[in-house]
Amino acid sequence: MDEGLKSELQKAGIFTTTLSGLYNWGRKNSLWPLQFGLACCAIEMIATSMARYDLARFGAEVFRPSPRQADLMIVAGTVTKKMAPQVVRLYRQMPSPKYVIAMGACAISGGPFKQGYNVLKGIDRFIPVDVHIPGCPPRPEALLHSIMTLQRKITEDSLAKNREKEEQERLKSELPIPVHGAQDLEPAQNPKIWKAPAARKA
Amino acid sequence: MENEKAILPEVQQIADAINAAVKNAGVTVSINPSPAEQHSLLLFPTKARECAQWLKAESPWQLDYLSNVSGNDWPEDAITKQTPKQPVKDAGEEPMHPCLEAVYHLYSIRQSLGPIIIRMRTENRSDKVELPSLTPIWRSAELQEREIFDLYGIHFEGHPDLRRLLMWDEFEDHPMRRDYVEPDDYDYEPTPHGDVLKKSLTQQEGTV
Ligand code: SF4
Repeated sequence: MDEGLKSELQKAGIFTTTLSGLYNWGRKNSLWPLQFGLACCAIEMIATSMARYDLARFGAEVFRPSPRQADLMIVAGTVTKKMAPQVVRLYRQMPSPKYVIAMGACAISGGPFKQGYNVLKGIDRFIPVDVHIPGCPPRPEALLHSIMTLQRKITEDSLAKNREKEEQERLKSELPIPVHGAQDLEPAQNPKIWKAPAARKA
Repeated sequence: MENEKAILPEVQQIADAINAAVKNAGVTVSINPSPAEQHSLLLFPTKARECAQWLKAESPWQLDYLSNVSGNDWPEDAITKQTPKQPVKDAGEEPMHPCLEAVYHLYSIRQSLGPIIIRMRTENRSDKVELPSLTPIWRSAELQEREIFDLYGIHFEGHPDLRRLLMWDEFEDHPMRRDYVEPDDYDYEPTPHGDVLKKSLTQQEGTV
């Protein structure tokens, strides 16, 4: 519908919307994050959900202890190689549609432990990430900003059935879980969803 | 610092006392030449449990609290290429042999003194890597000995539950040893240079 007409009608007390607009509005204001934390960033995530920063203002305060009830995964902290398979498993168990926020330097790249033998260099090697937040740790405002960014992303979803999208969602629940090998995770990344950015010669 | 010195019995005195109390203990003092002067007691692995028991229960110092256990790796070149440039000496005499080492920091809560440091060394770094576990004497050694087993590969005999602690069970190496080669997986930095640039370029050529 034309935006001008919409606002004219609104002045007359008639509120118009689209079905998908209404649907997405409902979804974006009731994100249920999965309740788990991996390292120091989780403390900041907890702070975000408490009174001072009050994540409830954005409808995302219902932290669920079960992946079956959650639709947002906040990867808050260092993902060690020992933990990575469990994180992927939890992600697979979440119902669609599902979203991932990688919070902090560790979750997006390995952060201060990038050169460590035991740390995964970014969770996006195994699961698709919707919003990356830099920082060590990011401030609660940054986490709030990432939630708002994600909400904007959700608003753009369409309600129409779309085979391609369904296929994508299905694949998300079948992402391979890496196994612990003798030296490293096997495979060390999922080449279907992650490729090393090209290094430039100086 | 002054205070600490005053209450710490001389390490040599402790070594002599153990040697007098435990038959064939063979305890020597390992000199720390740095300004810290934290000299330590070098125990003979086969007698270590007995000596430790004596230190805890019968000695005049009543070392009832084990605060810390750590590992150490001494490969050949770490011994010879030390700074300052002399080779590390064992008990002030022979140059040290390549080995793995476990270091225990002990305190006495009752007498508020410490730390008193004891060390044990394995025979070599490859196949004779057993040391007696001191967990039966100080329970707090349990997790830390597991950690040393995990990261350095020292086998503590008599440990109640010797499993890897930090790395996963399938892992097959000891990452804190100085000759450990880490998996080649930090391939990208926004502005790579030096070794990292070389590494990421070779990696790219390999994958393309
Ligand atoms: S990014 Fe910093 S604060 Fe966050 S988990 Fe890593 S080290 Fe901790």
